Amino acid sequence: MAQVINKATRESFGLALCELAKTHDDIVVLDADLAAATKTGIFKKEFPERFINCGIAEGNMIGVAAGLAAAGKKPFAASFAMFATGRAFEQIRNSVAYPKLNVKIAGSHAGISTGEDGATHQCIEDIAIMRAIPGMVVLNPADHYEMVEAVKAAYEYNGPVYIRLGRLAIDSFNDPDNYKFELGKGITLHEGNDITVIATGLVVNESLKAVKALEAKGINARLINIHTIKPIDREIIIKAAKETGRIVTVEEHNVIGGLGDAVCDVVSSECPVKVTKIGVNDEFGYSGPAKQLLEIFGLCQSNIEKVVEDIVKNEK
Amino acid sequence: MNSAEKLQLQILACKSRMGAIIGTFNAKSGHPGGSLSAADIYTYLYYKEMNVDPTNPKWADRDRFVLSKGHCCPSLYATLALKGYFDWDELTKLRHVGAMLQGHPDMKGTPGIDMSSGSLGQGVSAACGMALAGKMDNKSYRVYTLLGDGECEEGQVWEAAMFAAHKNLDNICFIVDCNGLQIDGTVEEIGGIEPLDEKFKAFGFNVIKVNGHDFDQLESAFENAKSTEGKPSVIIASTVKGKDVSFMENQVGWHGTAPNQEQYEIAMGELEAKLKELEALV
Repeated sequence: MAQVINKATRESFGLALCELAKTHDDIVVLDADLAAATKTGIFKKEFPERFINCGIAEGNMIGVAAGLAAAGKKPFAASFAMFATGRAFEQIRNSVAYPKLNVKIAGSHAGISTGEDGATHQCIEDIAIMRAIPGMVVLNPADHYEMVEAVKAAYEYNGPVYIRLGRLAIDSFNDPDNYKFELGKGITLHEGNDITVIATGLVVNESLKAVKALEAKGINARLINIHTIKPIDREIIIKAAKETGRIVTVEEHNVIGGLGDAVCDVVSSECPVKVTKIGVNDEFGYSGPAKQLLEIFGLCQSNIEKVVEDIVKNEK
Repeated sequence: MNSAEKLQLQILACKSRMGAIIGTFNAKSGHPGGSLSAADIYTYLYYKEMNVDPTNPKWADRDRFVLSKGHCCPSLYATLALKGYFDWDELTKLRHVGAMLQGHPDMKGTPGIDMSSGSLGQGVSAACGMALAGKMDNKSYRVYTLLGDGECEEGQVWEAAMFAAHKNLDNICFIVDCNGLQIDGTVEEIGGIEPLDEKFKAFGFNVIKVNGHDFDQLESAFENAKSTEGKPSVIIASTVKGKDVSFMENQVGWHGTAPNQEQYEIAMGELEAKLKELEALV
């Protein structure tokens, strides 16, 4: 078994950038006065000459990143998910995505696990916003090892990418020796044919714990980790719909516009099955410790387990 | 600049204005007013100031131009066509389905366009990014960006201005095409951007004020900008919206309206007469 690393994906992101930059001179990193929080500070310390603090001006930061990319750099621009994708939405849309410039946007403190800062800083719309932009790749890595590989894949990909980062430290579950990140490819973490759980980001580990616990109860749930929300792995979803007939999606995001909707888009046109969405039910979050909030919002093992169990017992 | 050189620039600017009229007439839409006010600036930039190669539009060491007021592209397209980036005939297809020349600049499809733009306030930031990349790589290229006076109402312009000065980007030159009009009325009445020179000074810029239709003044302004070290420059250019088409001059209604057949003929007649006059002086 691989070593379990307890890290927030924002930190894994900072470390991965730093590592990648050692061999790639074209990487530059921008932040909007949140380097300590987004963990681009790790990069800043090692490569101060390639770090650009743009101050608290996210719109300009994205535009500057676009200009840097147009001049041959490979910029990673980071802020909180709320401000990167919210405040600077239109700059991302018009200055980055429309000209297909090679800018990677990192949105940290995504979801309600931002915690005590409360609703203004808990972005539950970023996936929906970024998915809606033509050509935008949307990544939501689930643990340390996956984030490291996702950063490399984002760098190798020629075009705009959004990477979602979490604030809360979480245990890794992937085994780096057997892990392969393929852009646009989901990963089956647990086999099963009774039902399929499709999860993304921070809640994948909770989902994994849930399906393992269900197995002990005689319920064989398949678990798919979708690290690339766009372009989504249609094949793996359709196969799961056909083979298991029932899907539950889990995401730390509004149930409108996120993973759940992306999965519904796929199955509704190819293999209609019932989909139950676990996520934030179109409401704002509030202040509180991250883990407590995740429990209240049902983004925890016990709730995922219960939802799946109820469906299987009632419908099968 | 000697008088023969100036005359050549005047001729090219007149042709650029004709291109804007041809383009917007054929498109039955577009923005003639600001295209006409900016034509002399485009002409000066592409024929006198910028180090570019139309046969190699993506040349890494070229000077860059970002049209932050993207809607004023018809005359920029005309200038680029005159310079040899693409065929003049493309202007007749402006804004048509499948056309190379989009309603607002598209760097992916149009040779010579260094940045896609059109959403006001955004081009200046991209220009700052290009200038910063030049500094990081110790390159000597310069970056120019044209914005409108109405555009200065956008907050992002000032985020970018603060950034340019803070990062000591002396390789960037902002040019504000101050034609005094925006869609809903005069800039004075709608946005209250004045005193623009004082604002840019306060943001750390070298500020130069010129008549944006006077090539001698443009020349000394751009020379001044180039020789200014340690801070960015802004050329605040007083211009006439609709310049050189009598019925369009200083008319707010010509911001985003295309000429009809009759207006097209009058406009082209006036510009052709002016061109003939200039060519007679050669």
